[in-house]
Amino acid sequence: MEDIKDLILNYVINEYLDDDDEKITYDTPLISSGYVDSFSMVSLLVFLENKFKIKIPPSKATPEAFDTVNNIVALVNQYINK
Amino acid sequence: MSYSDKIKNLYQNQLAEIRNAGIFKEERFIHSSQAADIEVEFPSGASIKNVINMCSNNYLGLSSHPDVLKAAHEGLEKRGYGMSSVRFICGTQDIHRELENRVTEFLGTEDTILFPSCMDANAGVFEALLTSEDIMISDRLVHASIIDGMRLCSAQHDTFKHSNMEHLEEKLQLHADKRIKLVITDGVFSMDGDLAKLDEMVRLCEKYDAMILVDDSHSSGFLGRTGRGTHEHFNVIGKIDIITTTFGKALGGASGGCVSGRKEIVQICRQKARPYLFSNTISPVIISGVLKVFDILSSSTERRDKLERNANWWRKGLTEAGFILKEGDSPIVPVMLFNAKLSQDFSKDLYNEGIYAIGFFFPVVPNGQARIRTQISAGHEIHHLEKALSAFIKVGKKYEILGLTKEKIIEKYGL
Repeated sequence: MEDIKDLILNYVINEYLDDDDEKITYDTPLISSGYVDSFSMVSLLVFLENKFKIKIPPSKATPEAFDTVNNIVALVNQYINK
Repeated sequence: MSYSDKIKNLYQNQLAEIRNAGIFKEERFIHSSQAADIEVEFPSGASIKNVINMCSNNYLGLSSHPDVLKAAHEGLEKRGYGMSSVRFICGTQDIHRELENRVTEFLGTEDTILFPSCMDANAGVFEALLTSEDIMISDRLVHASIIDGMRLCSAQHDTFKHSNMEHLEEKLQLHADKRIKLVITDGVFSMDGDLAKLDEMVRLCEKYDAMILVDDSHSSGFLGRTGRGTHEHFNVIGKIDIITTTFGKALGGASGGCVSGRKEIVQICRQKARPYLFSNTISPVIISGVLKVFDILSSSTERRDKLERNANWWRKGLTEAGFILKEGDSPIVPVMLFNAKLSQDFSKDLYNEGIYAIGFFFPVVPNGQARIRTQISAGHEIHHLEKALSAFIKVGKKYEILGLTKEKIIEKYGL
């Protein structure tokens, strides 16, 4: 479980944060606080689908579902466990 | 009448939230024409104050140039006030096409189509050219009008870290299977004043078979040796597939914009771009003024040369005084203060000293990167810049930030 969390957290840090950004945690709001804009979610979606061999329907890939690492983990788990 | 109390309260609460967040925007009324010296009423009802304008996009000082005014007057007399029609019904005059040809020649492209504004150009161009089979890959700091234009388009979209070419290359590889890949960037980024790395971007686009669109609104008329824009600066004239730009900044400063680029792309825009199809184009009076602007720019590089000298003088002066600036080669010179409140207080104190410059903070710029954005003009004389620099130093001393590092300023004022 922690592995998935850290994997996603590290991806978010590498993909979206600049060097001088503050540190983020599993609960940091990503979209509502401006770290990730809605356009940039595409990369995250492609990453999750490729990494975990899952398919997330567009209706589930909402800004709310992607707003924290914890939310993303919960979303991914719904499809991994299917 | 269905403007119920419920709806009214909803909007009143939204306005209160904006006020409470300290980001309520208020206009400052200018009682003179746009220039280096302006007369300002602020706040509303206050007595008029003469100040030096350090925050306009009037980069070449042409907004109130006598020759431009004269040409606009003549245009008004000869071609009238308005067209009362969109372009393709009965809203196109000979001078509209003349301006399109002048822009094409100036930018070194194949063809040009005018839009009511560059905001409209950006709102229309993506939807006209791309479908869901295509991908738009944009720099994360592109202008709001590009973001809105991309939202109106059914193509997929992705972003790359600001000016990060490795990240752009990764994205071009990731989306290699798409029909059209369009890389999108500003030429000069308006908040930071830095330039897109157009030479490297063109190389990557050629390598991965992608097109490139550049919004050159903050560079057309002055960047590059003869002022053609960012593509001239990087020696890639003829290699930018689509340029969007404005006549509302350096090129006379009134309004209007365009899409300039590959012939077929411009032709498609003329058939499909909705802001072109469903709105009147630029009025004859403005077209006549902009044509004169191009006459002025074609006869001499004097104004862009002066702008470059002024911007260099200003950057050097602020740096030597101990301010932290954003690096760049443009006349946009952001003075970094980091703390939002400090940026507002600093701006107020500058105003009291007769200097008009605005503080920007989150969400206009990233959190913790509040700044005063100064913009230099060829309309500034050295005595304007000397007075402005003295005011900056006086206010900088008051807040004891001169010579401090970013960390020390943040330590003193917080983020």
